[in-house]
Amino acid sequence: MSVGAQGGLGPAGTGAGTAPIPQVVVSAPRRLPRGVGRFKQAIFVALVLGLSVLFVYPFLWLVSASFKPQSDTFDNRLIPNVWAWNYDRVFEIAPVATWLFNTVWIAGLGALLTTFSSAIVAFAFAYFRFPGRGLLFALVLATMMLPPQVTMIPTYLIWNELGLVNTQYPLWVPQMFGSAFYIFLQRQFFLGIPRELFEAARIDGDSYWTMFWRIAVPLAKPALIVTFIFEIQAKWFDLMTPLIYLRDAALFTLPLGIKSVLDQFGQGGGGEGEYHVIIAATVILTVPMIIIFAIFQRYFIEGIATQGRKG
Amino acid sequence: MASIASTAARGPRKRASGGLLSRFRERETWWAYGFISPWAFGFLALTLGPMVASLYFSFTDYGIEQIAGFKATEYVGAANYRQLMDDPKVATALLNTLTYTIMMVPATMAVALGLAMVLLRIGRASGFFRTVFYLPQMTPPVAVAILLLLMFNGSTGIVNEGLGLLHIPGPFWTSDPTWIKPGLVIMSVWSVGGTMVIYLAALRAVPRQLYEAAAMDGAKPWRRFRNVTLPMISPALFFTFIILTIAGITNFTEAFTAYFGPGQAGAEAPEAALMYTIYLFRQAFEFGAPGGMGFASAMAWLLFVIIMIVTLVNVVVSRRFVFYQGETK
Repeated sequence: MSVGAQGGLGPAGTGAGTAPIPQVVVSAPRRLPRGVGRFKQAIFVALVLGLSVLFVYPFLWLVSASFKPQSDTFDNRLIPNVWAWNYDRVFEIAPVATWLFNTVWIAGLGALLTTFSSAIVAFAFAYFRFPGRGLLFALVLATMMLPPQVTMIPTYLIWNELGLVNTQYPLWVPQMFGSAFYIFLQRQFFLGIPRELFEAARIDGDSYWTMFWRIAVPLAKPALIVTFIFEIQAKWFDLMTPLIYLRDAALFTLPLGIKSVLDQFGQGGGGEGEYHVIIAATVILTVPMIIIFAIFQRYFIEGIATQGRKG
Repeated sequence: MASIASTAARGPRKRASGGLLSRFRERETWWAYGFISPWAFGFLALTLGPMVASLYFSFTDYGIEQIAGFKATEYVGAANYRQLMDDPKVATALLNTLTYTIMMVPATMAVALGLAMVLLRIGRASGFFRTVFYLPQMTPPVAVAILLLLMFNGSTGIVNEGLGLLHIPGPFWTSDPTWIKPGLVIMSVWSVGGTMVIYLAALRAVPRQLYEAAAMDGAKPWRRFRNVTLPMISPALFFTFIILTIAGITNFTEAFTAYFGPGQAGAEAPEAALMYTIYLFRQAFEFGAPGGMGFASAMAWLLFVIIMIVTLVNVVVSRRFVFYQGETK
């Protein structure tokens, strides 16, 4: 039983990776639960295949519809009857390229800032002993429960006072101050680094900054990557912040831009509904996230699983 | 000298300390505060400060006129809070949000647990299918809302076409007030991947011996599920329950994208999709009514209190049901 007892910890022999964070590798050849024979397993595989269709079909439908002419949008065929190229039209009717560019740099910069500011703060809570540490960390955790609506209005008024409403600053500047959830996540990770490493560095006369930057950060890379991609995703998903702060279409991020396309070309906009354009725009909004997921899949899934384990 | 004396007095709390160590600790303290200063600044300027301000605004008539500088801010006592009770739309929004959350949370948990348990039983293919089930989680909420509008369209949508094949007449998901929230719930359940991954990790951590012992005692699968699986993964269930409940209560983007916006800003926006956060947002930023921000601040504080109560109740109740492995030792 000693082999099975390790559960999900450690690289489980699939050659899937060498990441030092606990892996939740699923595909390790392991004993099936008692009573699951070959036949039963085949039934389960069939079931999973059937369910997969429900989970994937909306994507297929969307991509397929984006290649149909306006008259066929809702024919719900998987393979378009007549092929059409709607993407030209999308870039014609709205500054989608600008939106894409805005989103990429705001998400990238914001995620980078969040990652490093959170790491600095997390390192302090993990390594230093200082008066008020427990209380301050409790405050960090408490802010996770705070709905953004409570601070939304005064924050808007601050930016308004600074004359920075209708600029993109409110979308990324706040990322410089760390984020409670990531501080928590990274602190857990820093705590896992053996303290002796830091003690040794201190004896060598390294400064605290060197200890953070040269020892802690490189070792915590998986946690930093998790933070980075989670925050990219959060920025890519966010509609409310751009909705509050941005007025000029040239400043929009993709979610707000696509929302404005929907408002303008959907039925609410008064037209007959140019849904083929809306669909193509939606594909442009979605595909980058799928690509990010394809590249960083392991980190997304491990990040989420760790989060649950701490709960 | 004074500083050495004071730190020496503090010293014994953690470790026996000499003069050198306490001086070191002074420096360490100073560095630590330096390291947390970005968070401290953000906390004061963008969390605590605004919280206090929003509490203050909730007792005033702050709104568009004050921003434009036409009018001084006036203290209105609890008028905004009384209006919370008088405004029928607040009740509608609360009820909508509650209905949505009550449907969404159990549905998501059940589907996630079901998927995770099936994945555990298919051997090496499970890695691939875990990815497949996670994919919807990567779909931006605006895209989810657009998919909802298109696929659940009452007359042309593929969902009703599929139901038609089964000879089930599909409802008008996006316009019939009874079916608007179920449509939103189904799309939320579609993004079940994150919850499923958490359950998958929890299920893998259940010691196999427990199942073997239970089976030896003659426990049937259902008993093993109820008396072994559920208690052993109860921390994960509890965690996701809280997270999903808060997500449900503060849900904004999907319903807003699908049913509200400049194009629909008139009276046409369906009441059935009016979530609490949407009404709050519109009061603060869209309607431009005098005193709107004061009222929205009161709404925000009610929301905060609701979330705190829900979380506290959860924590208290969980003491009875959640089983942490450490406790047995």
